[in-house]
Amino acid sequence: MRGDQINLQNIVARSASPAPSPQVRDGAVETVTKLIDVSRCIGCKACQVACSEWNDLRDDVGECVGVYDNPVDLTPNSWEVMRFNEYENEQGNLEWLIRKDNCMHCAEPGCLEACPAPGAIVQYANGIVDFNSEHCIGCGYCVAGCPFDIPRISKKDSKAYKCTLCSDRVFHGLEPACVKSCPTGSIMFGTREDMHELAETRTDYLKSRGYENAGVYDPEGVGGTNVIYVLQHADKPEIYSGLPKDPRISPMVEAWKGVTKPLMSAAIGLAALTGFFHYVAAGPKEVPPEEEEEMRAEEANEGLSRQDLNGQDRNGQGRPSDEEHRP
Amino acid sequence: MTLKITRRQFFKLGAAGMATSSMAMMGFAPEPAVASIRHFKLSGAKITRSNCTYCSVGCGVLLYSRGDEAINTIDNIYHVEGDPDHPVSRGSLCPKGSGLLDYVNSDSRLSHPQVREPGTDEWKQISWDEALDRIARHMKDDRDANFVTQNDAGSTVNHWLTTGFLAASASTNETAYLTQKIVRSLGMLVFDNQARV
Amino acid sequence: MTNHWVDIRNADLILAMGGNPAEAHPVGFRWVMEAKEKNDARLVVVDPRFTRTAAVADYFAEIRTGTDIAFLGGLINYLIETDQIHHDYVRAYTDASLIVREEFGFEDGLFTGYDAESNEYATESWNYEYDDEGFARRDDTLQHPRCVFQLMREHYSRYTLEVVSNVCGTPRAKIEHVWAMVGETAASDRTMTILYALGWTQHSIGSQIIRTAAMVQLLLGNMGLRGGGVNALRGHSNIQGLTDLGLLSNLLPGYMRLPKDDEQDYTNYIQERARPPLVPDQVSYWRYYERFHVSLMKAWFGDAATAENDWCFEWLPKLSETLYDVLHTFERMHHGEVNGYFCQGFNPLAAFPHKAKITASLSRLKYLVVIDPLRTETAEFWKNHGEYNDVDPSTIDTEVFRLPTTCFAEENGTIVNSSRWLQWFWAAAPPPGEARPDTAILAGLFLRLQRLYREEGGAFAEPLLNLHWPYRFPEEPSPAELAREYNGWALEDVEDEERRIVVRAGEQLEDFGMLRADGSTACGCWLFAGCWPEEGNLMTRRDNSDPYGTGQTLGWAWAWPANRRILYNRASARPDGTPWATRKAVVWWNGQRWVGNDVPDFPTDSEPAANQRPFIMNQTGSGQFFARDRMVEGPFPEHYEPFETPIANNPLHPDNPLAKHNPGARVFEEDRANFGTFEEFPHAATSYRLTEHFHYWTMHNRLNAITQPEKFVEIGESLASELGIERGDRVRVSSKRGHIDAVAVVTKRIRPLQVAGQTVHQIGIPLHWGFLGETKKSHLTNTLTPSVGDANTQTPEYKSFLVRVDKL
Repeated sequence: MRGDQINLQNIVARSASPAPSPQVRDGAVETVTKLIDVSRCIGCKACQVACSEWNDLRDDVGECVGVYDNPVDLTPNSWEVMRFNEYENEQGNLEWLIRKDNCMHCAEPGCLEACPAPGAIVQYANGIVDFNSEHCIGCGYCVAGCPFDIPRISKKDSKAYKCTLCSDRVFHGLEPACVKSCPTGSIMFGTREDMHELAETRTDYLKSRGYENAGVYDPEGVGGTNVIYVLQHADKPEIYSGLPKDPRISPMVEAWKGVTKPLMSAAIGLAALTGFFHYVAAGPKEVPPEEEEEMRAEEANEGLSRQDLNGQDRNGQGRPSDEEHRP
Repeated sequence: MTLKITRRQFFKLGAAGMATSSMAMMGFAPEPAVASIRHFKLSGAKITRSNCTYCSVGCGVLLYSRGDEAINTIDNIYHVEGDPDHPVSRGSLCPKGSGLLDYVNSDSRLSHPQVREPGTDEWKQISWDEALDRIARHMKDDRDANFVTQNDAGSTVNHWLTTGFLAASASTNETAYLTQKIVRSLGMLVFDNQARV
Repeated sequence: MTNHWVDIRNADLILAMGGNPAEAHPVGFRWVMEAKEKNDARLVVVDPRFTRTAAVADYFAEIRTGTDIAFLGGLINYLIETDQIHHDYVRAYTDASLIVREEFGFEDGLFTGYDAESNEYATESWNYEYDDEGFARRDDTLQHPRCVFQLMREHYSRYTLEVVSNVCGTPRAKIEHVWAMVGETAASDRTMTILYALGWTQHSIGSQIIRTAAMVQLLLGNMGLRGGGVNALRGHSNIQGLTDLGLLSNLLPGYMRLPKDDEQDYTNYIQERARPPLVPDQVSYWRYYERFHVSLMKAWFGDAATAENDWCFEWLPKLSETLYDVLHTFERMHHGEVNGYFCQGFNPLAAFPHKAKITASLSRLKYLVVIDPLRTETAEFWKNHGEYNDVDPSTIDTEVFRLPTTCFAEENGTIVNSSRWLQWFWAAAPPPGEARPDTAILAGLFLRLQRLYREEGGAFAEPLLNLHWPYRFPEEPSPAELAREYNGWALEDVEDEERRIVVRAGEQLEDFGMLRADGSTACGCWLFAGCWPEEGNLMTRRDNSDPYGTGQTLGWAWAWPANRRILYNRASARPDGTPWATRKAVVWWNGQRWVGNDVPDFPTDSEPAANQRPFIMNQTGSGQFFARDRMVEGPFPEHYEPFETPIANNPLHPDNPLAKHNPGARVFEEDRANFGTFEEFPHAATSYRLTEHFHYWTMHNRLNAITQPEKFVEIGESLASELGIERGDRVRVSSKRGHIDAVAVVTKRIRPLQVAGQTVHQIGIPLHWGFLGETKKSHLTNTLTPSVGDANTQTPEYKSFLVRVDKL
């Protein structure tokens, strides 16, 4: 379960990199998986707090918008949030479905596929998809590429942020901070094999308690995920505050990856080299203030665009909507 | 698809982002460009075993502090997480426990004795000696003036009812025991803690 | 807790009622989840709201706040009438067979002996019939019409399904479902644990709700067994320890009680407390009261306490009131009868009911001393914080001192968790600035007072001048010194009955059995004796091994009493000493002595034939269905309406206004005038804690402020639509005592109830947020709550009051 991913050969995928990543060191490196059993979640937000504490994040103190969700959405400073939905089931009984929303660490990560900045997004042999912010150019393509609407671009530094699955802790043989904190054992961590076995046990348990459609959420469209859910109603993932039923990487990202990206990368490389030689010859080039303003304004618009991309407004007004996702 | 990044901006950002990689390609990299994992923030920390003092589960917590108690350092707690050995909490913590760091280091922590003089609108910092001298004087004056030796029926009561004391349910047994001992030696009965409410 | 956190996993059924453990004790709640998963247990939640606990429950039933006695009284009736009780247990281990005096009766909501003038009962009739030797008469067949069992049966025969549903507003089918699930645990190999918290205590009938729960557990034979018990999930980290150490107006350490002013004679004082058995051969452990008392006096007054001066009996302050509780105190303060007040880690402006009265009262103090690690609203009660604390400082003449103290991370010491474990923890860093530990602050004040009394003389100075103060640094007694003192030590060699030395002079005591009433031992808290014996500080132990798989972990820290993890565990075995069921076994008789996976809560050599009963602190040795004179409003719990009720009368006694509310409750006149009526304030409100916050402390923590940043109230969808309120709207919630503004959380989790022929809407009001800290500023919730308490404990009725909701 230990990470061992810092060795360069343990990065199995790297954004915008023409040279393929090394693949041979998979002998003892096991894929890690985080299991989130929604049926055991009490929505206490211990995981949220532990995540922020461990990662030295302090989001703004927001406001109450009439629900328990706070922060109301993911931000560059909140890498996971709890989403609450009051759901009346077929029998007319109330279920309070509370889902921890964070990066799914896809086996085929759309963010990484979409990313044009070499090395800004990497995938380790243990399955963790990590953002290497040093290389991030803040273009927002990862946002477009993510079928789960996870990455957020910071206005402070124009870089994308998301859950790292505590790659630093995992590298040192520890579980992610959220997993450790969880009071009810709703969040579990281990090898992919162990977690799937546990997920089956938990699913059987739910079935024995009358949840006929209990099941594991591990969507095929992204090659499976290294964060999996146990759901009481696996046939209706959308009732869990809009968990996508069949997430896929946007076809546009596929297109960009297949055709456009190599050309773009070449162009970027050329531009960078030009920049570098310019730097050597003439020193650092300042961005004119007005141009920077313009850039920032355009960045601000990205917040809207990512909703368009995903074809749905996810809490666009800062209000997680229950009704919209009701079947 | 309406991704609103202009080509121009894209190139600009791309260029900035690419610079390091490009230089890396040319052997100028200051460090391996892919070493993205954060340094492990607990390396070398001093670990102290403690208990959370919010609710009554009594979860075990580990306090991680900078400084090794060498004479030239002032230790500072910078991380808190659950104690996996604890039979009840087994390493987990609730959102309050997970946020203990911000309680220990809260901006609202008090650091100096203060007094608000009657009728004024501000706190004034004072020394411990001044604070304790003034409070002790208040106590003695009130006790001497209002201590009841016998009640109207002539029974011995030896109590002091004009000063009261609320004790803290988050304080230790040792503090509580000392409080009880002192309070009763003064003859106080107006005495409660959060167990009352 | 009679049992402990990890033991919850041994339960077959968990009843969460009068508490919301997932919300308030999430980590302890882990063991509920373990019981569900590993023990195939079911979790049942009965609550006014569909809570976080309900979110993972197997069954949820809604209930009107303040009607739990009706629900549980109905359950008693159901269990008896459907014969789902543990007969052998009830016969052998409870007072069911004892015969009650003929004069005892109950009519139209009142027990015999009520005086409407004084709101008090004369309790003579609430007692057993005694034989010539002073033992209670009994009928082991339980057929005698005046035996406790038959009286109880008759008392609750009124609590039919229809009546309960009508009072509680819980649909009949749901009540039946819950009762049936509970009834299954009457089997001797099945146990139910009851988890409750302030949702039961904070009512004017709070103590009696808890008694009703205990009665249910006795009927089912669920006390003393693994996975059973009545488990109080205490609200604060060391509220258990402070109660154990007696930091309440009428108590001394170890649940000993201060003298009342009519107890002038030391011998009578002890005799009143050293109660003899009422059933032959019983342990009645309080008979040793004098040993505990004398040892305490030796710990406090050292050589000054002698047999000749009755161990300084005169130096103890005597009570002229039953309690000097906080409601009583603020009533006096409001009338200018209190001059000084200390708040050590306590925030009464935010925490006590009827904030306007608290503000007015604090303003009449001459001096207020706040000892706290944090800024508190109380310390700034005089400061204008706009609409949230609208006062004029220039008119407030209280001198306020604010003394910075350490928090847990900066001190050594112990706290007692709900499992009764004393766990030692260590300081990790120095406190900020000049902050000092409480012990140093208290010692600093005390030594100054001593000096002033030595120099100037003054009122009755003997106790404080003679207070035993053996600390190496008098200005700062160390936690280790204080812990050793409350454990106790021998002043002289102590011998047993056969004149063998059990502990030598100067040595630490090993247990409270070593205490003596002749002044040869000193002990600050007999209940804690054994935590720091000669071998060292057992509270630091960290052996978490669990060799029996029971979760007892006897090598982790130290639990009172005598390191026992499950109280009354003798009751886990049959009268003949064999366990009722192997899977529930705690202790058993092995032919020579009591052994098991826990420390026996029983004399270890008391053979089963000696017929000693398991509840060794009671004079009967039994679990008490009948409370005799111990409860002010009657020996059997009866349902009375909250002092602010949304219905016109008590449906159980519609024609007797005296039985509408708790007839034994104490209400101050001005407070009564501040009660609202349901005509003006139609909605039943209840206040509570959220999991993201701890009272008013975490408002100051950024990480917690982020997770719940702003004050809200919870309103059911149906009422919201009636009032035109939508999710996120700002609303004003008013009671007779004031108003708060908050964001509306409109929810399906609160449903209207049909009660006594009308629709009752309930409003949920979290107690958090104030005018300080990192969260958005807000009014204090206790602006709304009424000043009336439980008739026995005076714990305020925070859980049931009336409000009106208006859209802003």
